[in-house]
Amino acid sequence: MKHTGAEIIIRMLEKKGIRIISGIPGSANLPLYKVLHDSNIKHVLARQEQGAGFIAQGMARSTGKAAVCFATSGPGVTNLLTAIADAKIDSVPVVAFTGQVATNMIGTDAFQEIDTYGLTIPITKHNFLARSAAELLEIIPEAFRIAESGRPGPVVIDVPRDVQLQEHTFDEWPCFHEKHNPAAIEKNNPDTLAITINSARRPIILFGGGIIESASEGLLRQLAEKSNIPAASTLRGLGAFAPSHPLYLGMIGMHGTKYANRLIEQADLVIALGFRFGDRATGKLSEFCKNATIIQVDIDKAEIGKIKPAHQHMTADLYIFLESILPLIEENKRTEWIHQVNFTRQQLPYVKAPVNGDVFHPLRIIDEVAAHVPSDTIISTDVGQHQMWVAMKYPFTMPRTFLTSAGLGTMGFGVPAAIGAALANPGRKVVCFSGDGSFLMNMQEMATIAEEQPNLAILLFNNGYLGLVRQQQELFYDGKFIASQFHAIPDFAMIAKGFGIKSFDMAKEENPLYVLSSALRLKEPVFINIPINYSENVYPMVPPGAANKAMIG
Amino acid sequence: MKQHNHTVIELIVNNHPGVMSHITGLFSRRGYNLEGILCGALGEGSTSVMYLLVSLNEQYMQIISQLEKLHDVIELKERSEYDHSVFYKIDSLFAE
Ligand SMILES: Cc1ncc(C[n+]2csc(CCOP(=O)(O)OP(=O)(O)O)c2C)c(N)n1
Repeated sequence: MKHTGAEIIIRMLEKKGIRIISGIPGSANLPLYKVLHDSNIKHVLARQEQGAGFIAQGMARSTGKAAVCFATSGPGVTNLLTAIADAKIDSVPVVAFTGQVATNMIGTDAFQEIDTYGLTIPITKHNFLARSAAELLEIIPEAFRIAESGRPGPVVIDVPRDVQLQEHTFDEWPCFHEKHNPAAIEKNNPDTLAITINSARRPIILFGGGIIESASEGLLRQLAEKSNIPAASTLRGLGAFAPSHPLYLGMIGMHGTKYANRLIEQADLVIALGFRFGDRATGKLSEFCKNATIIQVDIDKAEIGKIKPAHQHMTADLYIFLESILPLIEENKRTEWIHQVNFTRQQLPYVKAPVNGDVFHPLRIIDEVAAHVPSDTIISTDVGQHQMWVAMKYPFTMPRTFLTSAGLGTMGFGVPAAIGAALANPGRKVVCFSGDGSFLMNMQEMATIAEEQPNLAILLFNNGYLGLVRQQQELFYDGKFIASQFHAIPDFAMIAKGFGIKSFDMAKEENPLYVLSSALRLKEPVFINIPINYSENVYPMVPPGAANKAMIG
Repeated sequence: MKQHNHTVIELIVNNHPGVMSHITGLFSRRGYNLEGILCGALGEGSTSVMYLLVSLNEQYMQIISQLEKLHDVIELKERSEYDHSVFYKIDSLFAE
């Protein structure tokens, strides 16, 4: 059979089961779009390539499967870079196909030429520049294998325009490789790790996004319950442990719970599972669990000991590791330690929304939302105070229900990621919590929402400030407020309406909480502006650079 | 000549125009020192061999793990027994 490069790409994506592609066309990828025209893959037209990248991320983060986006060469690619970098640091499987100028023009500073390959080396798990249509038959299955296996991550495939048009004759379509994750490949076997865990007196489990990536939240809970080991999460791990579970300590780190941060210092054993010792989680490193033996298990060998030496470690898929270690773990009541855990928890109670007073208190709004949406609702956030409040307060009970830009902290993530999640999960509700600063960074995707009509509610925590910046200036920069207040405040509800999206302004409602709950019940896009007291700070917090035990507020 | 604070990492890599950027980019991006680099194509030219002269410091194990992670690295060997002087005598290649 004979196919062009563009046909090879689209047919292969169909074979891979890709149902939705987000993107924006331009001259360097129009051959691809011509073939897409006759495909049953749905194309979602983003309004800026960063939006396309985050829409793909929303699909990938909510399903765990690789998602695809398209961008044209030059500015299409540079716009996309932020979303790719964001996917890299949070280990999200996105495969981006980028148009490139024709092969014979590469290196000539041609119109809309950019060194996509060079630009994406440091922000992808791997990247390819396709030099012929034939090569695509190898590159595409390999790209998906790389994106989805081991520690997931983004892959960029740069396809020059002439390669898209080039015809290639071949006998057989290649197969996609099964996702294959390494088993326990290190000398340290589970026996020795189990002995350490069984003999520990005050162990704590610290888990990160790896638990969600390996779908091992059930095994994690079994391990915790069998041996009575309290467990704390990172921002990326939220959703893997039921917040109401007596062994759950909540989040550690900068905006974690005081008791998790305190207890980790008292532990004699820290079991780090798919946790990369990120600085927002560890606080001042030299102080972080300095009295504990550390066991680290991660699928990425390069994470072992990268930040802090581990006394015992294993490079393994967490599912396989937990399955093999569970039978070796002895039942243990740990009465004394559990008593200490519960005592610390009572001594250092966690934040609560005020019962009376401010209806618009962020924590109160978050409680309200949680009470009025189904438990499988997917929540996305932008970046700032509102993000931390949601992480602290929202009761995530299922993996992949919390989509947030953790590692890169990209403002503008929330809205497009929510679109992707809604499109990939029809039938489920999606709620995006945004801030007035972040919302403005990818607001153009409101047009995409108006077009696609996803079941999505955007809640704007509107404080008239870059809130988290204002908080830092108040607390750590002598109250020298600069460039953190907005003096021109748009009428966001009117803007949403202008996009053709049903909107509510809670500042103007007689019974705002009622309006909120009924708006959340609608199965169409809604936008809700919520006035937030600008002086509200996110507490408790660890001052930047301080040890976790130095929490204030 | 053998320098005790240095060692050589030998890599067999896919030979294509981007591979050098992947290797050197890793060193610059992660702030690793790269003291010397030698490389050449192997056999038919679909693979190349690279010799990297690196310091033996606390970053060394990380460098190895990160290099092993690169898709284009097919094989990695630690070559502590090498005579590193070749890195300092490249000039002699051009002598009459
Ligand atoms: C793209 C980007 N630029 C700048 C920052 C730095 N930054 C972090 S939080 C923040 C303020 C966010 O303001 P807003 O979205 O209104 O949320 P709030 O903190 O008020 O809830 C800024 C500017 C960032 N994280 N991302």
